[in-house]
Amino acid sequence: MSRTARLLLFGVGAAGFGVVLLYGLAGLPAFGHYQGVYGRVLDGIGVTERHATDLVTALNFDFRAFDTLGEEFILFASVLGVVLILRQLRDEHERPNQEEADEHQLAGASDALRALALVLVPSLLAVGVYIVVHGQITPGGGFQGGVILATGPLAVFLAGRYLRMRIIAPHTVVEIGDAVGAIGYGLVGLGGLVFVGIFFKNFLPLGIPGHLLSAGQIDVASTAVGLEVSGAFLVAWSEFLDQAILVRGPGDR
Amino acid sequence: MSFLPYAVAAWLFLVGLYGIVSTRNLVRAILSLTVVQSSTYVVLIAVGYTKGGQAPIFADIPQVSKAVDPVVQVLVLTDIVIEATVSAMLLALAVQAHKRFGSLDPHELRALRD
Repeated sequence: MSRTARLLLFGVGAAGFGVVLLYGLAGLPAFGHYQGVYGRVLDGIGVTERHATDLVTALNFDFRAFDTLGEEFILFASVLGVVLILRQLRDEHERPNQEEADEHQLAGASDALRALALVLVPSLLAVGVYIVVHGQITPGGGFQGGVILATGPLAVFLAGRYLRMRIIAPHTVVEIGDAVGAIGYGLVGLGGLVFVGIFFKNFLPLGIPGHLLSAGQIDVASTAVGLEVSGAFLVAWSEFLDQAILVRGPGDR
Repeated sequence: MSFLPYAVAAWLFLVGLYGIVSTRNLVRAILSLTVVQSSTYVVLIAVGYTKGGQAPIFADIPQVSKAVDPVVQVLVLTDIVIEATVSAMLLALAVQAHKRFGSLDPHELRALRD
């Protein structure tokens, strides 16, 4: 089909779809006039029943922890998918002289960039850990903090040292982190099943709202997810970056 | 004014779709897909908003304050995770397509056409 015909067909379809979409959206409660009950109830009981002040994290890792289990395994499975799609094909091999690839391929990292990375890496890791463990008190949690944690090693790459990044975050370590985080989250759920008889029901002391060690399972689950997310992102990123040092053709490995 | 957020969502959805259909580059198609997905964030956040409601973080506001629905915010978080993973998978496929066909133009993907 020619490009013009395709765009024409799209225009007709999109116009119809747009009308139906707007009609459907018009049927929703007007903006600012929230009609739901569930959200109000949760807002009311979050602090008293779970001792968590950030309701979003409390929902994620307690009230709806079971849904997060699914979400977490979607992440896990899709990273497996990336690893599978980007596997080393039969006619590919890693560039024999890895020292060459150690230099930044694009522009060459300046000293300023390297110095900046030196400052960035520890501060990114500190912020990441902070966000992960304070999820139940202030905005944050495992997903957000995990991504920040993963950017630490990425800053090493920005400083022009991909192979150094592989030394700091080797494949095996990040893969194990990914898997341990995924299993850890499941274990939190199983802990509820074992100790109080319900999957993902809190079985840990609730503590005082606003304190670091409070809100029971939320902190533990958040840490497990943080580990998994940072592992998952690092696995995916290294798979993509590995593509840059692959060359096609018969290899003599 | 009360319909504006929903109109923005619909616009994002359609603009993203147009991007997917019209682009000649797979990476841009994937980016357009993330635009489509971001329209769902707008819808979700708009549905949960209460006039005068605060963020559902009770660390520094009284427990009885009127707050917006936290459920939709969690759904947006889920949505973002899914978007990131879907994009990663699609980008991986784009990398392999480029290796195989030497191009990122969807029209050049011969195996899909023949």
